[in-house]
Amino acid sequence: MDQPTKEKLVKALAASVIEHAEELTELDQAIGDGDHGLNLKRGFEAVLADLPGLTAKPLPDLFKTLGMTMVMKVGGASGPLVGTFFMDLGKALPEDPARADLVAATGKALTAVMARGKSEPGQKTLLDVLAPVQAALEAGADGPAVKAAAFAAADKTVPMLAIRGRASFLGERSIGHMDPGARSSSLMIAAAVDALGV
Amino acid sequence: MNVSIVIVSHSPKIAEGTADMVRQMVGEAVPVAWTGGDPGGGLGTDVAKIIAAIDSVWSPAGVAVLVDLGGAETNAEMAVEMLDKEKRDRVAVCSAPIVEGAVIAATEASGGSSIDTVRRVAEELYG
Repeated sequence: MDQPTKEKLVKALAASVIEHAEELTELDQAIGDGDHGLNLKRGFEAVLADLPGLTAKPLPDLFKTLGMTMVMKVGGASGPLVGTFFMDLGKALPEDPARADLVAATGKALTAVMARGKSEPGQKTLLDVLAPVQAALEAGADGPAVKAAAFAAADKTVPMLAIRGRASFLGERSIGHMDPGARSSSLMIAAAVDALGV
Repeated sequence: MNVSIVIVSHSPKIAEGTADMVRQMVGEAVPVAWTGGDPGGGLGTDVAKIIAAIDSVWSPAGVAVLVDLGGAETNAEMAVEMLDKEKRDRVAVCSAPIVEGAVIAATEASGGSSIDTVRRVAEELYG
């Protein structure tokens, strides 16, 4: 991947969260501790602080560095979760991935996030977006279909009962709100699809 | 050398207050460190500060880490994985209530118990 494409991708990932920080925080105020948007924004602002240095790296190192920055800067549980996704994506990707390499790498990253959060799909978390999107990728979905799968999956978290994370304290009152982590994941996935033009 | 205690709360005030309660119980027999607050100064936890807290009270006998809510646990586990390999296996993130867990873990540690025993005693609080 050339440097301008890497820059476009990182900027798009960051913008997708930063531009929706208030919305994410509002979702988190409904069923969490109200810091999701702010936390992810702080993480991505730190990522953008050295954009030339970051995008000069080979793709695997770029994602490992991006993930580590999220781990160190976010401050909530989303830091290690989102950070682990990107770190393990970086570990699994070759420098110039073909589609099959990417799908294999996102699969490994998904498994790593499940282990980090000690969770699985169906518990009203970001996994409820990551897992269906992974299934769509494995079934050969193109960019628009991946985006559609991500947004549809985020919508499906609305009626779910939260079993992991702060929202699980609310029990049945967590029903009726979209999971903030599912929303931010869907935004990042859509941004990546748009930036890569696939 | 006794097992040390690290307290990780979203709130620096809770972390510091819990450390005060531990010291009142065990004095200087058990080194205790605390950390709280996210990298932006708000409520939350900070992986770098958790690593620094563990290092500040490092004991060859091990370190028991007491956490409050989900993000503190996830960040503490992340911090442990980022330690050197030889340290990693001697740090236990305990699934226990933060105040009671810290006090009972420190009391157990002050008697010279192993990290596994300290962890078990703290985790028994959750039955």
